[in-house]
Amino acid sequence: MWEKEESALYEKDGEKYFVVDGHVHFWNASPENWIEGQEQYAKGWIECFYAYHQLGPEEYYWPMEKFQKYSEETMMKDLFEDGYVDKAIFLPTNLRDWYKDGFNTTEKNATLAEKYPDKFILNTTFDPREGSEGLKEFEEKVNRYGCKGVKLYTAEWMSDSKGWTLADPEAEPYFEKCMELGVTNIHVHKGPTIWPLTKDAFDVSDVDVAATNFPELKFIVEHVGLPRIEDFCFMATQEPNVYAGLSVALGALMHSRPRFFATVMGELLFWVGEDKMLWASDYAIWHPKWQVEMFVDWDYPEGHEYDDFPRLSTEGRKKILGLNAARLYDIEVPAELQIAATA
Amino acid sequence: MMPDRATVLDALSGVRDPELDEPITDLQFVSSLEIADGAVSVNLRLPTYYCAPNFAYLMVADAREALLSVEGVEEARVVLDDHYASCEINGGVNGEFGFARSFPGQTEGDTLDELRDIFRRKSFVSRQEQLCRSLIREGRSPEELAGMRLGDVDETGALEKYLERRSELGIGTSPEAPLVVDPDGKEIPREAVVEHLRFASTVRRSIEGNAELCTGLLAVRYGNPSPEEATS
Repeated sequence: MWEKEESALYEKDGEKYFVVDGHVHFWNASPENWIEGQEQYAKGWIECFYAYHQLGPEEYYWPMEKFQKYSEETMMKDLFEDGYVDKAIFLPTNLRDWYKDGFNTTEKNATLAEKYPDKFILNTTFDPREGSEGLKEFEEKVNRYGCKGVKLYTAEWMSDSKGWTLADPEAEPYFEKCMELGVTNIHVHKGPTIWPLTKDAFDVSDVDVAATNFPELKFIVEHVGLPRIEDFCFMATQEPNVYAGLSVALGALMHSRPRFFATVMGELLFWVGEDKMLWASDYAIWHPKWQVEMFVDWDYPEGHEYDDFPRLSTEGRKKILGLNAARLYDIEVPAELQIAATA
Repeated sequence: MMPDRATVLDALSGVRDPELDEPITDLQFVSSLEIADGAVSVNLRLPTYYCAPNFAYLMVADAREALLSVEGVEEARVVLDDHYASCEINGGVNGEFGFARSFPGQTEGDTLDELRDIFRRKSFVSRQEQLCRSLIREGRSPEELAGMRLGDVDETGALEKYLERRSELGIGTSPEAPLVVDPDGKEIPREAVVEHLRFASTVRRSIEGNAELCTGLLAVRYGNPSPEEATS
């Protein structure tokens, strides 16, 4: 049991930051959890994550064995003692076809979320192709765990179906259920995807439709549609309830590709704006500590190619690192960490 | 006559990653090339085990086609290494089964033409923006560009790249054709040109940035420089 009461507060140059980590995992990808006959996929998956891991600073690299499976103590210390995180949001990635107990399921995440209710927000998932049975199961999970958000994978396979879209009629009852249960934060995975093969899995136009039909729900597009950030930007600029989830964008780019990172930030600030951008570490792919420190210090590199982009203020950094997510999830923010109201 | 290495590499450099719009040779995706009489064998590698299989298939198939187009090449074999769908892709391309038959029951539609078209149009926008940006740097205003014809533009590498893609998409390339058009070939009016180019710059930056991300992941996976670079 991890016993620290208070998270380490991040303070720099007299400014204090309230930090909400919008996307963390508690996975088990060690060989004992690989399904027989599916080992290559299970192994390939975590190796792929491990490659992304190595786009962060070297001093934070883990050995593969630790990366496959890390302890509760490690996670709690990394996030809340060393990583300046005040609140972390669990988003599940089931992958039950490859991993016996799943990769990072609602149930597994709940073992930590229920133990440290002040530290975590637990989200679940649903798949409209599971029909009324799935709808019932979804409701039970929300009631049991008190979820206020879901993570959706539209490109996942299910028997003959090669993915679904948020605009499908089957999705409607699920969104209506979300409204009824107060599950208002819809995180959608729009990023690097494997299946299906020919469908344009990066297409974000379905988010546009759902966001229009359900204006009370907030749609957070994870990984900002990478590798097609332009489609995401053009859509998000038109929809007031579409947000940019910065998981992967910071971790993979800020350290290893600073100029491209500045471009991504510039584009997002221009099209989406600092009120609708949410930072996430994607732990344990990347440690939150260096991300928070580097982001607070971040500014555009030298060069005229960034001249047209909006600048980012301290206030903007505070919003992106935590205050925006706090607003979406009704997280209480201590008065001293809020942005002073302006007249 | 046995085809020489430079000619074969040159043919391979005509194969582009459909998403990144860069030659697979520049991207370091070609890890080996062997020529024995009329038989050519190439190994390809990608940044991750889970790179999208549809794009991977296109590159392997395009590479094989490029090899077969070289005079003197009678047999061509292209092998994608270290990918979760290596087996299906290599078998499908070298056995000429086509995409749908390589992944029975797993595809929508028979070919990847639609996907290829989406990305051709994106790279079209990007190439146009690169050309327009260079013209603006030389002192033209965006509004001036809206009135220009292709014949008004000096011949440069950027123009050539732009025209190549225009012609692939069936958009006119005559000197009288308007310079700034949308991906369907429709002329952009003067009052919309600034906004059009702003959108286009986002597309261009996105493509350039993805190439950087892929390069970074490839370096993590295989280190630098590539064997092909070391041997060529």
